[in-house]
Amino acid sequence: MSGLRILVPVKRVIDYAIKPRINKAQTGVETAGVKHSLNPFDELSIEEAVRLRERKGPIKVEDILALSAGGPKCPDVLRTAMAMGADRAFHIDIPEKGDSGPEPLTIAKMLQAVVKEQNVNLVLLGKQAIDGDQGQTGQMLAGLLGWPQTTQASKVEIKDEAGTVEVTHEVDGGVETLRAKLPMVITTDLRLNEPRYASLPNIMKAKKKPLEKKTLADLGVEDTRRLKTLKVTEPPPRKGGGKVEDVDGLVGKLKELGAL
Amino acid sequence: MYRTQFHKALRSSRLTQPHHVCRKVSPLARAAFSTSGRRDIMGLTGFTEEQLTVRDAISHICSKFPNTYWQERDQEEKDPKEFHAALAKDGWLGIALPESLGGAGLGISEATMMMQTITQSGAGMAGAQSIHANVYATQPLARFGSKEQLETTIPNIINGTWRTCFGVTEPNTGLETLKLSTLARKTDDGYSVTGQKIWITCAQVASKMILLARTTPLEEVKKTSEGLSIFCIDVDRENPGLDLRKIKKMGGRAVDANEVFFDNYKIPANTLIGKENEGFKIILHGMNAERCLLAGEALGLGYAALEKASQYAKDRVVFGRPIGQNQGVAHPLADAFMKLEAAKLATYHAARLYDSNDGSVPFHEIGVACNSAKYLAAEAAFTACERAVLAHGGMGYAMEYDVERYMRECFVPRIAPVSREMILNYVSEKVLELPRSY
Repeated sequence: MSGLRILVPVKRVIDYAIKPRINKAQTGVETAGVKHSLNPFDELSIEEAVRLRERKGPIKVEDILALSAGGPKCPDVLRTAMAMGADRAFHIDIPEKGDSGPEPLTIAKMLQAVVKEQNVNLVLLGKQAIDGDQGQTGQMLAGLLGWPQTTQASKVEIKDEAGTVEVTHEVDGGVETLRAKLPMVITTDLRLNEPRYASLPNIMKAKKKPLEKKTLADLGVEDTRRLKTLKVTEPPPRKGGGKVEDVDGLVGKLKELGAL
Repeated sequence: MYRTQFHKALRSSRLTQPHHVCRKVSPLARAAFSTSGRRDIMGLTGFTEEQLTVRDAISHICSKFPNTYWQERDQEEKDPKEFHAALAKDGWLGIALPESLGGAGLGISEATMMMQTITQSGAGMAGAQSIHANVYATQPLARFGSKEQLETTIPNIINGTWRTCFGVTEPNTGLETLKLSTLARKTDDGYSVTGQKIWITCAQVASKMILLARTTPLEEVKKTSEGLSIFCIDVDRENPGLDLRKIKKMGGRAVDANEVFFDNYKIPANTLIGKENEGFKIILHGMNAERCLLAGEALGLGYAALEKASQYAKDRVVFGRPIGQNQGVAHPLADAFMKLEAAKLATYHAARLYDSNDGSVPFHEIGVACNSAKYLAAEAAFTACERAVLAHGGMGYAMEYDVERYMRECFVPRIAPVSREMILNYVSEKVLELPRSY
């Protein structure tokens, strides 16, 4: 293998610390005037790509390309990604229509086109975005490309020059270790690493790194929708429970409700 | 939504601070990802993208230093060297230094935002003062220093190897800088310094000092603004010619402030910055910048106090309702907020004028803006801190609630680097054209 060419798709989402509100029309979540930031899982992917480079493993990292699809604010998160260490970025311009944006399959097809065009041999994606919580894009992309995939990685290791990769991920009651060969798709999970803070010199450097704007049409992909959102509502407020005097009261109540 | 689950996972897996120490996990302490934020009572509209980037990045570094860290440092009078190191590691000390020297080449507007974010994080004036001189006192050096001075000194200050302090104030010449008497007498291979400086912050931990000293005796100068020179010297605490004495003080106790005595302290000739006898001009250049930074620090402190107070007023229930529901508690806080917002506008206006620096704004207008900003921000901070203590009632007097620490510290920007009275004099004279009173 000559060198790793990594693609890291990132998404701009409502900041994780903010409590989202449903919009008045009940068609989605209110996004206007709400603090947005880089999807935390994508931050892990960027960090892992940069660490693969820093670790100086058997295969040299040749390129780290960050990509984000969305409205005019997307470059913000791309600059963050480049400040953390990505070499360059693509902004796929998709006008905001006040809905939840393109579906995972559209995004996966778009990524497939970029992978081909840019000669990518490793795609690192967050396992899901914390806004839509669909968790499908990575898997769909692997399917479209016909590449091996490992999901929810907690450790990624390049074993040799031939491109053997070992990935561990957490499963119920333990850790599963998988082996595959590049090219491949890896989705990232919380335990993988602790993303760095961008340093000031790197923030300044990121401003000068290339950021290219493209459209879906440039990549030969159409934004078709298969799903229609009917309604978005808040979860019902929790009802307070009752109080019992003592243990006998508790047992009585449980019996009354048929739990005992 | 995954959001809530995610939050919990974050708390359990990332939070290294022991929970029992903090009464309440502040939103900052929780923020472990580099793009997350917190609820801000300060309005953020109108700031530039650079300023907001600085704010975000600095908030994240500060989130590793919770209030308990600063309480402890304050109580034990221990230098927050980890904090200085963390900022140096990520290049922040070079924020306003030129890119050619390894800095970021940003302006005072961004540096002011950095200082504000530091105090606002709960680090208070102690946090700001631990790095203040490294950001500000290096300005004259970067501008007027020789190539050799720059190449040896600046990179070491930016990367945190050397810390620097600023030696201007003297016991008998607080505001009358032109009268200062510490003398650097010329010798064969340099200068010999004799005299006394006071309120020298961080002298106990600094390896360098930017020193302003007289090179021509006052009686011999033609113009009072001449005869002073500026040096970048080593702080050699082993040298018998140098004596440092720590001053016990009201606030910001984590950071040392000192009396410094020079007695025939020898310094080499190549420590001189710029031309001999032109030190005052060089220092003047940085004074307006310092006012902006101090204004920012005051603002941050005020907002920090107000955030604490409004949270407490929401949480504390007396007579069956939160105390903040009473207008007697709410209105003073609302008033303090408006004062801070107004001072914020004045501060970032002044910083913008300072940075514009293209000759389109007369020098005295910049001076008026910077002095006004310092005055307004310091007073607004005082109002916010005092009301925050009072809103907390008895708890405001307890160390654990932090506002007493902010209250003690908010006197620094009120007094330094120039008193309120001297700013009023300056505005009376320069703007209102009233006769000088002193």
